[in-house]
Amino acid sequence: MARTLITGAQNTWCPGCGNFTLQHTLKNVLADRETEGKSLDDVVLVTGIGCHAKMADYLNINSVYTLHGRTIPVATGIKLANPDLTVICCAGDGDAYAEGLDHLIFAAKRNIDITLIVHNNQVYGLTTGQYTPTSPLGFKGKSTPSGTTEYPFNPVELMLASGATYIARGYTKKMPLLQTLIHDGIAHKGFAFIDVLQICATFFNMTDYYQSRVYELTGHDATDFEAACKKAREWDYNRDAPIALGRIYQRMLPTFDSHYPTRSITKEEREERITRLLKGSV
Amino acid sequence: MAKEVSVLIGGKAGDGINNAGAMIARMFSHLGYRVFMYYDYPSLIRGGHNFAIVRASEQPVAVHQNRADFILALDQETVDLHQSHCPGCTLVINSDRVKPVDGAPSVSLTALLTAEAAPSIMGNSAMLGAFAKTAGIPWEKVESVFFAHMPKAEQNLRVARRAYDLVQTVRVVEPLHRAALPLLTGNEAVGLGLVKGGLAAYVSYPMTPSSSILHFLAEQKDRFCLKVVHPENEIAVILMALGFAYAGTRTAVGTSGGGFCLMTEGLSFAGMAEFPVVIVMSQRTGPSTGLPTYSGQADLHFVRSAGQGEFARLIVAPADADEAYVWSKIAMDCAWEYQVPAFVLIDKMLSEGTYSFTRDTTDDETLADPLRKGIAMPYARYRDTPDGISPLAFPGTKGAIVKANSYAHDEDGITIEEAPVVLQMTHKRMRKEESLISGLDRYHPVNLLGVPDASTALLCWGSTRGACVEAAGRLGLRVVQPVVLSPFPERQVKEALAGVKRLIVVEENATGQLAAVARQYGIPSDARVLNYDGRSFTPDELYERIQEVMH
Ligand SMILES: Cc1ncc(C[n+]2csc(CCOP(=O)(O)OP(=O)(O)O)c2C)c(N)n1
Ligand SMILES: [Mg+2]
Repeated sequence: MARTLITGAQNTWCPGCGNFTLQHTLKNVLADRETEGKSLDDVVLVTGIGCHAKMADYLNINSVYTLHGRTIPVATGIKLANPDLTVICCAGDGDAYAEGLDHLIFAAKRNIDITLIVHNNQVYGLTTGQYTPTSPLGFKGKSTPSGTTEYPFNPVELMLASGATYIARGYTKKMPLLQTLIHDGIAHKGFAFIDVLQICATFFNMTDYYQSRVYELTGHDATDFEAACKKAREWDYNRDAPIALGRIYQRMLPTFDSHYPTRSITKEEREERITRLLKGSV
Repeated sequence: MAKEVSVLIGGKAGDGINNAGAMIARMFSHLGYRVFMYYDYPSLIRGGHNFAIVRASEQPVAVHQNRADFILALDQETVDLHQSHCPGCTLVINSDRVKPVDGAPSVSLTALLTAEAAPSIMGNSAMLGAFAKTAGIPWEKVESVFFAHMPKAEQNLRVARRAYDLVQTVRVVEPLHRAALPLLTGNEAVGLGLVKGGLAAYVSYPMTPSSSILHFLAEQKDRFCLKVVHPENEIAVILMALGFAYAGTRTAVGTSGGGFCLMTEGLSFAGMAEFPVVIVMSQRTGPSTGLPTYSGQADLHFVRSAGQGEFARLIVAPADADEAYVWSKIAMDCAWEYQVPAFVLIDKMLSEGTYSFTRDTTDDETLADPLRKGIAMPYARYRDTPDGISPLAFPGTKGAIVKANSYAHDEDGITIEEAPVVLQMTHKRMRKEESLISGLDRYHPVNLLGVPDASTALLCWGSTRGACVEAAGRLGLRVVQPVVLSPFPERQVKEALAGVKRLIVVEENATGQLAAVARQYGIPSDARVLNYDGRSFTPDELYERIQEVMH
């Protein structure tokens, strides 16, 4: 019997929020997985804190609703503990790019086999509208009423520099592509990073801006690092430019988790080995 | 009087003083002595004065004395700094770097090394050979210790033998004809206790004095099938550990004060989400970066109250390597039995001190089974139960949806804000603390030592116990040492103090933190003996200090 994928928790996202698209996309990806005969018991969703993170309450699967910025280390521990689990993180842009930036860079550097979906609305949603590391220069938020004086950084370029092995950009108003990207990211063996341009209907509605600039990548060789860098730099999250959507870069490398032993030790073995070690310390 | 001898070996950072001290400790151990070694070094890699004091006794020892019977001086500074504290001691000197001293056995390390065409790192073997002869230690003992613990033992022994033949015996250390015991540092004992408790993963970011747990377990990872991870910072450390715990892996982290500061948000998460995790917190002198390589007991309040909100935690503070082993295992078992964070609170003195280890490690206790209650479907991670402990399942369990949450949540792990559910779940977690308090009884959370019915008592915790027990022995005092510091074993401490007329609290901080905790539980103290210069109390010092406050 197929599992009911949505919990009974009351949904509190604003009308028009891009998180609904992400929820339905994830639901579809999970349902497909079940249809393919894979168990959902082996899937763990790890979320940060923010509007995006409510996904943990709304999807009826294993989940850890963690702390602001800390999806990645928790997900890394889960994957190392049990490599048979499929671990998916939903993080915010404040979450992954500000509070937990250190973990993001290290997840890419290590190539831990988890999937990170960044709900990038270029704003702190839950705390009612402050700038994030990807807000454009001059963004007027509650903490920067005169406009920000710092440029955004480009997370796609950052991930290329840090060694991520699957890098993609999606958009919540292009759901079929988003679904493919998330599906492929989960299927990828290694650290999969998906920056999702997510509409925040209340605090920073970028719909018009995105609609006139986004395009789907065709004929792009995602195995070509130089080509990937060029595509990543086309739009810097600040100035006007075409915004590429799709898989930007992919490469296969051994994963962090594959270097750890999966064998465990019996009680008898443990005792015998402690005794042997102590003999050597006499 | 029990037979006892102390040896101080000193030189510059980079001279291998720690290893040489450990070899001396092993020689005494092979003579049948119980040993303790203190290693004193500044926080730098080269230069600066290092020394180790090895104290060997017929009785168990867990602390050094500053006066030594032998001083092995690799350099002049060792003589200048220590000789005056050690009247009547026997000097053994390295004549390359120390001015001649009348009657002192003396060897030129460079000359002996040249004679054997040996590399300079073997210089300490010459010093060890010279010492062994000076102390009348039979050559076979030197040989067996070198073969067991020295790489390239043959060549090192040839160097040692030349020195052994060169000097005369001055003061004989009598053999005790008892079997040698294993020697462990406190950190190694913690590591082994955790392994005994089922440790499968250790996550840590280097910070003195906890780092050698990381090094030890990383070295032993294949032997014990451990996943050892050194992540980007302590925030990642604690959160990775919580991820491990969520997925069912017994995990510990290790750090010192500064690193633990970064872990406090994760600690509170463990409290709320009910993740079992062991945190080894080895104190050094604070505040802030403080004295990285010196000891202290100033983090008791911090560890007792760290993290926002209120939640149960276990804190155990072992006194020596034996206790570190036993209580690290108990900490792991309790963390999983009660689904709480558990601390092993130690300090530099214990972490990096070397001890004779006397525990039987083959006792056949079974590990607490976190799944013992069986899980009912539909699974609810935070099911409300009479003892507050919810049946634990891990992701991957067929048909179980395991939802852990840092927000206030209902039994299913879904975020809630309704007042009645908030209260229900808070009460559930609080009942776990009650369960923990009664569960701890079987482990004897308080030690009663010294003269048990004396009317003056010392109250102490952690590594300070060694000096307290010795000082109390000379003064005829009672010693009460709570090993468990949270939940505070109020009843057991009060029982151990029954009939006491004068209570003296001994601890290594400036404000009397254990004294303050005891006062909260209606246990007033009459005097406090405090030390906070980073150096642990020695029995002699403590004896003097206690006498000042006896009446
Ligand atoms: C340590 C910490 N600091 C601050 C907060 C408050 N906080 C909650 S969510 C949030 C920002 C959320 O922004 P983002 O990650 O972009 O998520 P969104 O709400 O936009 O989905 C902040 C600052 C917190 N929960 N924890
Ligand atoms: Mg955001």
